[in-house]
Amino acid sequence: MKRYAYYPGCSLETMAASYHISAVETAAKLDVAFEEIEDWNCCGATAYSAIDELLAQTLCSRNLAIAEKAGLDVVAPCSACFKNLYFTNEHLKADPDLAEHMNFALEADDLHYRGSVSVQHLMHVFVNDVGLDAIKRQVTHPLTGLKVATYYGCQLIRPRRHDGGGEAGPRFFEDLMTAIGATPVRFGYGLRCCGASLIATNRKVALGMLRDLLRDAKLAGAEVIATACPLCQYNLECYQGDVNREFGTDISIPVVYFTQLMGAAMGIRPKSLGFGRELIPADPVLACVARKPAAAKASHGSKVGKP
Amino acid sequence: MVTTAWTKPSFSDEITNQMYTTGTRGLNCCIQCATCSAACPAVDFMDHTPRRLIGMINAGMRDEVLDSNTFWTCASCFACSDHCPKGIHPSELMYVLKRYSLWKNRFRRDLVGPDFSRRFVRTIMRTGKSYEPGYAPAFIFEGGFEGLLRNMQGGLKLLAKGRIPLIPSRIKRVANFRRMLSRVVPLEGIE
Repeated sequence: MKRYAYYPGCSLETMAASYHISAVETAAKLDVAFEEIEDWNCCGATAYSAIDELLAQTLCSRNLAIAEKAGLDVVAPCSACFKNLYFTNEHLKADPDLAEHMNFALEADDLHYRGSVSVQHLMHVFVNDVGLDAIKRQVTHPLTGLKVATYYGCQLIRPRRHDGGGEAGPRFFEDLMTAIGATPVRFGYGLRCCGASLIATNRKVALGMLRDLLRDAKLAGAEVIATACPLCQYNLECYQGDVNREFGTDISIPVVYFTQLMGAAMGIRPKSLGFGRELIPADPVLACVARKPAAAKASHGSKVGKP
Repeated sequence: MVTTAWTKPSFSDEITNQMYTTGTRGLNCCIQCATCSAACPAVDFMDHTPRRLIGMINAGMRDEVLDSNTFWTCASCFACSDHCPKGIHPSELMYVLKRYSLWKNRFRRDLVGPDFSRRFVRTIMRTGKSYEPGYAPAFIFEGGFEGLLRNMQGGLKLLAKGRIPLIPSRIKRVANFRRMLSRVVPLEGIE
């Protein structure tokens, strides 16, 4: 069993609880264990860097130091948390002066960071560490025919194209969806920004960005948008009404977490994956798993949950 | 630049020096190719494009730069940083300008971003965790009474789905956490 230090991040406690529970359920099926980082603090999101650079690094350093104490590598389901933790980790490894300063601060909480952990996004763990073959073996209810727009967003792959697939662009999200039987659509805006916190600070700009994304997903024929970030999910789902009012469009498309789709394909009950908490019901997904599972697909000895 | 006598750093030097950890190349490397502006999804709403803003910084137009809404319109999507052929990180530059303008207390008063950032940071300083409803006052009145109603309706729907936290969450070792932060910055300067 693979073990990781799990950093849920603030959004997953309530707003994106369905991401949290579906991540944990799905990981368990894949023989991955998460140990929540003890007494973790906020990663600073994007606002901290607007106030003080070193302060932003301090917040992430504390989480890394606690994970190191547990002797585990870090996994973060939120793209912004991932990006912040990932880059603080890189900076600390590259810059002894910064590390010394951070360790001086960490002493106040009896912590010290040596720089021995790695940081990954949840999707990287599933795709790279677990692997698509192992995921395929757990699929009992393939999402056959479900047209999914794979929305990467920004901080899962940027900056500096860590695992961004070079000029051709990344493919791992599409590959993951194919592995669970779904059909990824050609979603040209899959790497464009959702507006992030601009929805709070500069609403008009964010709504325009959301309209472009939603319209492109619709045009591509998607029945559902899959995300890997709580803020992307919140923006794309909860502001569809505002987009429609602002631009006279008529868009209504469910937006779910990739872990919910994976869990559904693995036969986990929809309720245990947080389905039902969305504002736009995820009917296309539920209809897909309600069909009888393909008998040949039933894997060795695993219990197939009632759809 | 090699000089024998001490010269006052230019505005461009001053800004570049604020990007301590980012590994960006200096703004004076900019060739004004506008790849950053082309990559930016929010550029239509900026009063100066990222390319022009860098040009203005290099030309020493400090006041015009600080009065711009460009950096508060940045969503930190890093598309520009990804594509700059000269290794400049315009998204990190936008953070620098946010910091610089808050530090100098010089920003356009019609913007929500500065207040939002300050509220966010104050919340985390107190509790160690973020609390979404706490930021509402920064923007809930945007759009007048109608906007307020709209925001409340949206909030109620999420509340019904159990997605709004009613009580702010906090970490256990808040006292240690605050002592840790005070070793990096004086807290009274920010709170």
